[in-house]
Amino acid sequence: SGQTLADIKHTVFLTKEQASRPQFTNSPTMIVMVGLPARGKTYISRKLTRYLNWIGVQTQGECILYIFIYLYRDYSKEPKDCVSAVFDATNTTRERRGVIISFAKEKGYKVFFIESICDDPEIIEANIMEVKLSSPDYEDCDKEEALDDFVKRIECYKTNYVSLDEEKDRHLSYIKIFNVGSRYLVNRVQDHIQSRIVYYLMNIHVTPRSIYLSRHGESELNLLGRIGGDSGLSTQGKKYASALAEFIRNQAIKDLKVWTSHMKRTIQTAEALGVAYEQWKALNEIDAGMCEEMTYEKIQENYPEEFAMRDQDKYRYRYPKGESYEDLVHRLEPVIMELERQENVLVICHQAVMRCLLAYFLDKSADELPYLKCPLHTVLKLTPVAYGCKVESFYLNIKAVNTHRERPANVDVTRGPEEALRTVPDHF
Amino acid sequence: MSAADGSMDPCGPTPSRELTQNPLKKIWMPCKNGLPEKHISQRRVCMTNCPTLIVTVGLPARGKTYISKKLTRYLNWIGVPTKEFNVGQYRRECVKIYKSFEFFRPDNEEGLKIRKECASAALNDVRQYLTEEGGQVAVFDATNTTRERRETINRFAEQNGFKVFFVESVCEDPDVIAENIVQVKLGSPDYTHCNTEQAVEDFMKRIKCYENSYQPLDEVLDRDLSFIKIIDVGRRYLVNRVQDHIQSRIVYYLMNIHITPRSIYLCRHGESDLNVKGRIGGDSGLTFRGKEFAHYLGQFIHAQGISDLKVWTSQMKRTIQTAEALGVPYEQWKALNEIDAGVCEELMYEEIQQRYPLEFALRDQDKYRYRYPKGESYEDLVQRLEPVIMELERQENVLVICHQAVMRCLLAYFLDKSAEELPYLKCPLHTVLKLTPVAYGCKVESIYLNVDAVNTHRERPENVNVHRSAADALQTVPAHL
Repeated sequence: SGQTLADIKHTVFLTKEQASRPQFTNSPTMIVMVGLPARGKTYISRKLTRYLNWIGVQTQGECILYIFIYLYRDYSKEPKDCVSAVFDATNTTRERRGVIISFAKEKGYKVFFIESICDDPEIIEANIMEVKLSSPDYEDCDKEEALDDFVKRIECYKTNYVSLDEEKDRHLSYIKIFNVGSRYLVNRVQDHIQSRIVYYLMNIHVTPRSIYLSRHGESELNLLGRIGGDSGLSTQGKKYASALAEFIRNQAIKDLKVWTSHMKRTIQTAEALGVAYEQWKALNEIDAGMCEEMTYEKIQENYPEEFAMRDQDKYRYRYPKGESYEDLVHRLEPVIMELERQENVLVICHQAVMRCLLAYFLDKSADELPYLKCPLHTVLKLTPVAYGCKVESFYLNIKAVNTHRERPANVDVTRGPEEALRTVPDHF
Repeated sequence: MSAADGSMDPCGPTPSRELTQNPLKKIWMPCKNGLPEKHISQRRVCMTNCPTLIVTVGLPARGKTYISKKLTRYLNWIGVPTKEFNVGQYRRECVKIYKSFEFFRPDNEEGLKIRKECASAALNDVRQYLTEEGGQVAVFDATNTTRERRETINRFAEQNGFKVFFVESVCEDPDVIAENIVQVKLGSPDYTHCNTEQAVEDFMKRIKCYENSYQPLDEVLDRDLSFIKIIDVGRRYLVNRVQDHIQSRIVYYLMNIHITPRSIYLCRHGESDLNVKGRIGGDSGLTFRGKEFAHYLGQFIHAQGISDLKVWTSQMKRTIQTAEALGVPYEQWKALNEIDAGVCEELMYEEIQQRYPLEFALRDQDKYRYRYPKGESYEDLVQRLEPVIMELERQENVLVICHQAVMRCLLAYFLDKSAEELPYLKCPLHTVLKLTPVAYGCKVESIYLNVDAVNTHRERPENVNVHRSAADALQTVPAHL
């Protein structure tokens, strides 16, 4: 038709790393979201981006960028990492998709379409209420009127909407999601990343639920300022376990699943709840290898260079014969996948593990992740809402040591012990 | 105490139970008077409370048995007890000699009666497997092409409290069907007395018998069923109502497998310094002979003339050094690292016997489940390797340069070895195993590259009792410096 992508204004969501460096290495994948308004395109793409960022897609040399096919002119909410202007297509014809595919071919991108189809009026209404009506368009409107107006808008676009067709689009790679996941049609998955995307999309749901994250109660080794190991709970730790039991009871959660690691301290904590729990080896604390059961002072004494390198890049640093946060994330991926499938879950885990899980839910970067605050004796309640996650923090009022070590000012390998140990929290 | 519905007792929690660590698996469990209490489930792969019945659907020669066997092998490997029940097999037991396609004619009453009985007998065995023999998944492999037959199965499942998941294979590509027939039908017991042409002709007529009454799973009519419809060997999939974790895993697996011919090469790193000293684990480099092996491996691979070969290593020095000699790009996987021997890392078996005689004995008692203190078990390894297997399924030609325990796990997956056999599979140094999928299984070619190396294979000794002598314990330790 002679149109190029430049003729069609579009919104490109980049994963965080790409936003700062627009050149792409290996065949990046372009994900194109298709669907009428209030079908969850934004919800899906945000969630998917969060997941792909977390598993480190950009660090594997593959990258994703999104193009939205919008059906209305004024998309006023542009996210920070957005590069161009609004994609304005008053209809999603095959022609428009053709333009995108040519553009992709030219650039050497692979294309994967995600189409969300929904004919359940209740779901659509719920979507509209949750995310659309908070837009500036409807600031001064009555909710009922706004809903009405929006539904009418959708009707206008229905007439021009052309869904991906089994026959005509059989050469494209895509997934069609029907009615929030009761059915999927998957066509021509080309590679590993598309396969992972499909698996992820097939495991997420929108049923309201809450995820509770907590560490084990204070342990004997915590008291001594030693990292790792497999010690039992201290007196305070046991008190926390009881307090946790009461807290959970008062939350009156329907069908709560409880997960622990294979380490004694999380299991002891779960035991106090008096309900069945499941042990996951994948939830074990980060393996500190040669530094297991050492105090920071000892690590500084025996491995000052290692200690400094860790402060330089805490996310990627791997303990000798141990793990890195990056390894942890990899290890936790099946846990996240199962958390997505489940509904109400309480995860009793460890500091580094909890930081990784929290980073996934709150979309924290690799740089922020290892410094997230996850103090002992505090439960975090995460409840998905709109495009994100509401966090409520409950300190159960049982004293515990602080195990959070901030990044010191001096991370140079030549630094003195005092500078290295400046941010070490108190211990016996 | 918790109420039956999982809610908590309003009167308050019971005091925490004491914990004891299972000496074999190093799992912490509650105990009373020093004895382990009723064991709360630890993480098992399968999350279903009730067993699952997988039901294949499709015309003959659509790959149902191929899928059934492969899926069964995968589920067993990841630790979900699974068994397949092939109705054709039951029919062959019943009707000793297969005459012709006429048996399958829709108007053959005698034939219909027998087929129905065979299906019932199979379902009976399914019931027994899932309710009495500890099975978690049963794969019911038959055509199941009519809605009526599927309804019968649904009722059966409902009566017994099984979940049902249908796997339908739809394919109209004549080349695929023809290849199918050549690979698996011609060798079937049904056709031993025929020549190729006769067999093919008869089989095509057999397919015709089913075609008229075939009612494929339908988006609308069958919208309340849980199923995956595989179209054209994986070009397209329709997935409906996945109920739980295990069904989700099954769908993911089925969407990653393919039938493009290819070979997988498995080998260990070249002989390492620690190998020669009889020490386990560690992260040492190659010996002179190990480097020689790497060189010959490069030559071997080159001579194989494989297009687009992917090379994978672990993140340990010895596999990377080996790959380096090939002069081609390779990918490092942490998941391919050798089993972590925890406190026993870099020890000789003699030292393990000396310092940890109890551990050493426990390991010999149950080598698959035994976890080294602060280390891993073979069972842990399998879980760690699952993403590797998944990616191997997606890929085509791959050379995996790994380690003894890791290679045993991978080999067990491809050759369908049990948990008991797995830790004793022979994976000697300097030997490449070439695996090529064929028919329902895997052809294995073993190529020794003629560079001497120490033997690192320790057989299970006769005496595995914790009170055995050091001599008994060390009887099967291979020679080293």
